[in-house]
Amino acid sequence: MPLFLTEEQTMLRDSARQFVGDTAPVAHLRGLRDAADPVGFSPTLWKQFAEMGFAAILIPEADGGLGLGHVEAGVVLEEIGRNLTPSPFLSTAVGAVTALRHAGQGLRSHWFGRIAQGEAVAALAIDESAKHRPEQIALTAVRAGNGFALSGTKRFVTHGHVADLIIVAARTEGQPGTRDGITLFALDKGAAGLSARPERLADASLAATLEFDRVELTADQVIGEVGQGWAVLSALLSATRTAASAELLGVGGGAMDMTTAYLKDRKQFGVPIGSFQALQHRAAHLYCEMEVARAAVLKAQQLLDAGDAGAERAALVAKAMTGLATTLAVQEGVQMHGGIGMTDEYDIGFFMKRARVLAEAFGDANWAADSLARMGGY
Amino acid sequence: MTDLDTFRAETRAWLEENCPPAMRQPIASEDDVVWGGRKAKLTPDQRLWLDRMAARGWTVPDWPVAYGGGGLSPEQTKILREEMARLKCRSPLQSFGISMLGPALLKYGNEAQKLRFLPEIARGEIRWCQGYSEPNAGSDLAGLQTWAEDRGDHFVVSGQKVWTSYADKADWIFCLVRTSREAKQGGISFLLFDMDSPGVSTKPILLISGYSPFCETFFDNVKVPKDQLVHQVNKGWDVAKYLLGHEREMISGMGLGGGGLGSGGPAALAEEAKRAAGVEADGRLADPLLRAQIALFEVRERAFRAMSERFIDELKHGRAHPAQPSMMKYYGTELNKARYELVMAAGGADALEWESEASHGGAKARAWLRTKANSIEGGTSEIQLNIVAKHILNLPGA
Ligand SMILES: Cc1cc2nc3c(=O)[nH]c(=O)nc-3n(C[C@H](O)[C@H](O)[C@H](O)COP(=O)(O)OP(=O)(O)OC[C@H]3O[C@@H](n4cnc5c(N)ncnc54)[C@H](O)[C@@H]3O)c2cc1C
Repeated sequence: MPLFLTEEQTMLRDSARQFVGDTAPVAHLRGLRDAADPVGFSPTLWKQFAEMGFAAILIPEADGGLGLGHVEAGVVLEEIGRNLTPSPFLSTAVGAVTALRHAGQGLRSHWFGRIAQGEAVAALAIDESAKHRPEQIALTAVRAGNGFALSGTKRFVTHGHVADLIIVAARTEGQPGTRDGITLFALDKGAAGLSARPERLADASLAATLEFDRVELTADQVIGEVGQGWAVLSALLSATRTAASAELLGVGGGAMDMTTAYLKDRKQFGVPIGSFQALQHRAAHLYCEMEVARAAVLKAQQLLDAGDAGAERAALVAKAMTGLATTLAVQEGVQMHGGIGMTDEYDIGFFMKRARVLAEAFGDANWAADSLARMGGY
Repeated sequence: MTDLDTFRAETRAWLEENCPPAMRQPIASEDDVVWGGRKAKLTPDQRLWLDRMAARGWTVPDWPVAYGGGGLSPEQTKILREEMARLKCRSPLQSFGISMLGPALLKYGNEAQKLRFLPEIARGEIRWCQGYSEPNAGSDLAGLQTWAEDRGDHFVVSGQKVWTSYADKADWIFCLVRTSREAKQGGISFLLFDMDSPGVSTKPILLISGYSPFCETFFDNVKVPKDQLVHQVNKGWDVAKYLLGHEREMISGMGLGGGGLGSGGPAALAEEAKRAAGVEADGRLADPLLRAQIALFEVRERAFRAMSERFIDELKHGRAHPAQPSMMKYYGTELNKARYELVMAAGGADALEWESEASHGGAKARAWLRTKANSIEGGTSEIQLNIVAKHILNLPGA
């Protein structure tokens, strides 16, 4: 398969670009931020996303979805990134759907239809500390009746305070630091013993700390096999990291486009600042970094869709590479805008904030590089 | 099985059977590289491997069969490369003819020139050198002054070239000459001629690596028949630029360690570093900062591998931006320089050896020094960035 978008994928990109650009440009985020919106995204907009078919992209056809792949999901995510659109797409249409693809019929029929319709939003409760360390999961799931009771704390759970479905990674056995003994659960909103404390992050998004105080679940809320959840979790994480990479690509690309436009527009010393070679070279270097990152993301998406054994590594490469490239894009963006880049009124700073949050999510560049090194035996 | 699956299976089987084991070993030093040509001395395994590949047209798999190529589609070519990489087959032939002149002749040569030159390039019979740069025309290449006087059925060429890689080992040269002083770019022509022609002389230049693959090249009233002019008089800049695109594409392959020693992959770097610096109780490399540098290099290298695949796919399907080779050349060469800094850091004192037998005559240190030219040859990194800024980002002229 050639490493560029097919004609159908390009058409999907064009319609996603138009739709997201029209309905949720950066002004949409600014509006939610200024209103201190307690939800963090627009449920009406999410409904529209579903009407466009976007929420069902990764849901298998047999389950009533579109049966498309990570390339297609990434096409939508890139536009979300480019417009900094607050959206539950990543956690719901990619993260939760990937997990549920490993679930039994009960959970699938319960959730897939509602997700596809835009009636359910999902959150991913994985991290427990300030840095992403999935092997360190400590939240316990002990047997209780015919099910389990969850106790512990999850952090950095985007949409955790409003989600209808929460995918929880818990430990049914073993010590933090080991991969065995992890189990994934599909938890419903409003479960007794669950409390959520949303915190606003630098990019105006809301991430919740979830407290689990003996939250009871039935056995049919288990995704996959009890104690064997690492396989599903790593599939979920590879998909989610790749998705976050696609969104980062959009954020970095959006910042870069703004910056090159500004370089052509802004005049100092009687000429456009973009005619200064010092800035041209940095802009050209940035372009190269972004293109390399783009290739890494598409590679990961294609390998995920092919079920290739190399997908996990490729997802780590994509996450690290987009983390590095987009960080450069937003930093150069603010710097090359000069003073105006530091003002809240101007949009470029919004890109910097979103990039920081996404670069941190599901493992930053250093963590991903370290994971690659471990996989490589050094 | 699709046709491509069948092709892959057959290719794999053929390579297994026909690639000599010695040609599946990493390249240890520059002397291991097969450049072909009249003066080349090949080992029997090198000879066998080159002849077998050339017989199938697989030294230039995607060229037409009529010109000595394999006639493969882009997809088949990709599969051949993947299978060669899988079996660690060496490239049977490294050649400016294949990577630079050939594509230019395919586009701009007349039929007689194609039939005359392309098959011998494919078989590695003639080694070519590139006569572009002059003492006062490096980055400003179109400022070249070597003069070709029109004498009816032939030209007479006089002037000096510099940095001509392997001019002393080459059989023929593809050369930019001035045929008009009226216009800078519009007064350049593209000539091919035999380095054994009367009036051609070369003088080697010693490099910091201790090698002298370069020469100053002098032309003193060299007679060049008119049928060795490619394209048209004063239209050589078109050919020159097209060829430069291919040169940049080739050099960008260095980002993946091509052309260098086979020891610069992240896994090999880590192995080497473990030998030199030791191992922690948990099996990790005992130099945490070096480990981090190798790991971040691995990220970029794998990402660039994807970029190279994407670039080739786009190129073969006619989708690549014309200035994209500049982007690839810039990134690939800077990456390769970073790779060889790590080769040196991972090897420590061992990598510094300059003459010992164990070090293959200082192969690592010399290769490290050689890579510093990657961002100079074929147009410097600064020139590539200028091109990206101007032609891809459309930034205003300085
Ligand atoms: C290993 C090697 C192999 C080579 N092989 C060949 C060969 O086979 N045949 C051949 O013809 N030539 C060959 N060259 C020559 C090569 O193409 C030139 O060295 C190169 O184009 C740079 O020219 P220069 O050396 O004159 O440097 P200069 O052009 O003098 O450049 C000096 C410095 O100024 C910078 N600079 C120049 N102009 C600009 C600008 N507009 N903007 C910003 N910075 C600028 C350059 O980037 C560089 O850093 C080879 C060179 C090397 C090192």
